[in-house]
Amino acid sequence: MKLKLPKITVWRAIFAVILLSGLYATYLRIRYGLGGVTNLSDQFPWGLWIGFDVLCGVGLAAGGFTLVAIVHIFNIERYKPILRPAILTAFLGYSLVVVALLYDLGRPDRIWHPLIMWNPHSVMFEVAWCVTLYTTVLFLEFIPVVFERFGWHKPLGWIHNISVPLMIAGVLLSTLHQSSLGSLYLIVPEKLYPLWYSPILPLSFYISAIAVGLAMTIFESWHSSRAFGRALELPLLASLARVLAVLMSTYLWIRFLDLAHQQAFGVLLRNRTETWLFALEIALMAVPTVLLYQRKVRMSPDALYACAVMVVFGFITNRLNVAVTGMEAGSGAHYIPKWTEVAVTLTIVGAGFAIFRVIAEYFPIFEAVRPLGPPEHAPKKMEETEADSIAVG
Amino acid sequence: MSRAILYDSTLCIDCKACEGGCAERWGLPYNDKIAAEERISAHKLTAVVTHGDRYIRRLCMHCAEPTCVSVCPVGALQKTSPGPVVYDAEKCMGCRYCLQACPFQVPTYEWNQRLPKMRKCDMCYERQGQGKQTACAEVCPTGATKNGERDQLLAEARQRIAEKPGQYYPKIYGVREVGGTSVLFLSAVPFDQLGLRTNLPQEALPDLTWRVLELTPDVVSSGSVLLGGIWWITNRRDEVARKEGGRK
Repeated sequence: MKLKLPKITVWRAIFAVILLSGLYATYLRIRYGLGGVTNLSDQFPWGLWIGFDVLCGVGLAAGGFTLVAIVHIFNIERYKPILRPAILTAFLGYSLVVVALLYDLGRPDRIWHPLIMWNPHSVMFEVAWCVTLYTTVLFLEFIPVVFERFGWHKPLGWIHNISVPLMIAGVLLSTLHQSSLGSLYLIVPEKLYPLWYSPILPLSFYISAIAVGLAMTIFESWHSSRAFGRALELPLLASLARVLAVLMSTYLWIRFLDLAHQQAFGVLLRNRTETWLFALEIALMAVPTVLLYQRKVRMSPDALYACAVMVVFGFITNRLNVAVTGMEAGSGAHYIPKWTEVAVTLTIVGAGFAIFRVIAEYFPIFEAVRPLGPPEHAPKKMEETEADSIAVG
Repeated sequence: MSRAILYDSTLCIDCKACEGGCAERWGLPYNDKIAAEERISAHKLTAVVTHGDRYIRRLCMHCAEPTCVSVCPVGALQKTSPGPVVYDAEKCMGCRYCLQACPFQVPTYEWNQRLPKMRKCDMCYERQGQGKQTACAEVCPTGATKNGERDQLLAEARQRIAEKPGQYYPKIYGVREVGGTSVLFLSAVPFDQLGLRTNLPQEALPDLTWRVLELTPDVVSSGSVLLGGIWWITNRRDEVARKEGGRK
């Protein structure tokens, strides 16, 4: 524990302002209820907290299950160095989604109700169960880091004994609820704008979640390499970027086919907000996809980072389009979040970054054990070729 | 037998007696200001809405296969066998999926309460159980709102259209919409002119999500086998290496 006062930097000042406004918004939320702090209405009951905090939060945390599957189930060991940050992101992400739900639920004291009051016909019921179980799985996947830090070998062994079923359960639970977040909207065919309503919403939500999980892994590796002055695992990230490019191409092609099958192209000719925000969403996803096919882009840390950021923003635009843009016309309501909604959301995002940083600083997140393979840290930036040339275990 | 409400827009004179009767039945305040609000809300569970010189009542449609019942994660909403869709506030956690999903935008929320509930018409479930009429039907002076058995009301509605074809739009709202509803509307003009949604599918909406949800056991079981199998195959290499290299 250091007693030194933290240095005041621009980012810390911004964070402090966000935190204070978030705390004030929290007070208002408790004092005046949802009506006092949100612009939600009977016509528009789900806003920023569902559209961003939940839909985007869960999606952006998808790197956890994707990398667990890659490293431990497909046994591609070379990705191990970026596994722990991905699990930490996922664990924090899901925990913060639960925090966001406590703001959004009318009766947060009853958040546990779906666990004992069942309705298997409800997508929300399935999501509630999956998120609860998967957050538990993530906790168990993350906790070895803590055991390692304090040298507790016995509990480390217990977790190790159940690790395979645990990881398989994690991947399955993620598959179920990542797609189910799309299924939530299957029931509003008369309200969701035709550019987004589709019977394959669960599939497109699932594929885009996997893709954005990989983009987030690249994003956080880039940031942590700057924050902690460590070398960037460029060859690894570059080969991950290849997978990302293929996933994004698949995703965009499926969306294109879907629009064709729904005969929704005519809708694109209308000069409406929906059309332009749809174009923005597709552009933010298509541009990095094309760029990532260039080797030069994949091997440049900054270009790679820029592509990852574009994918993340494309994903966020898509989820907000489904949750907000696409629901406005059909609901006959216009929705712009109140400042308090934005303040709470920013506080949750800020808290995510801050907690990640603190944990990464005090726990072995970026120095994962590598039994086989290349040395721990190459000096500065690695000028190697893409990881395909590195022999696997 | 299933209970229902038939509302005949051509007989409605906008006296708003149904609104007053409903407010009284729920113990909600009712005054001129609330009467002037032309929409349903948490303090006004039915409303007579004016469209030019015509009127339409808004209230819960009590679907045969209600969307709200299917989406509620805690089962706070139930379709009762006599017809009404009822709500158990003690279960509700306030996710508002019912508001989001209802094709008729009926459920409303107590946005400004600290311990809020969802509010909607329950077709006077208790009153009907005691053999009484719904409050709205009881006070209606013109017979625009009638409460009875769905089959009989449907037959009556068809008869009215057949007897005065010039006076009615030849369809009954609620017969086919989202698989049928327990509240039926008659009108002189096409229903979209009264602000009713006419783009609703004829199939019940819960089928749209159930089609995906029912795959869950298949995904879990096949997924476990597949992922377990992949793990077993890919880790075989390590096992062999360990065996060959002795204990490590």
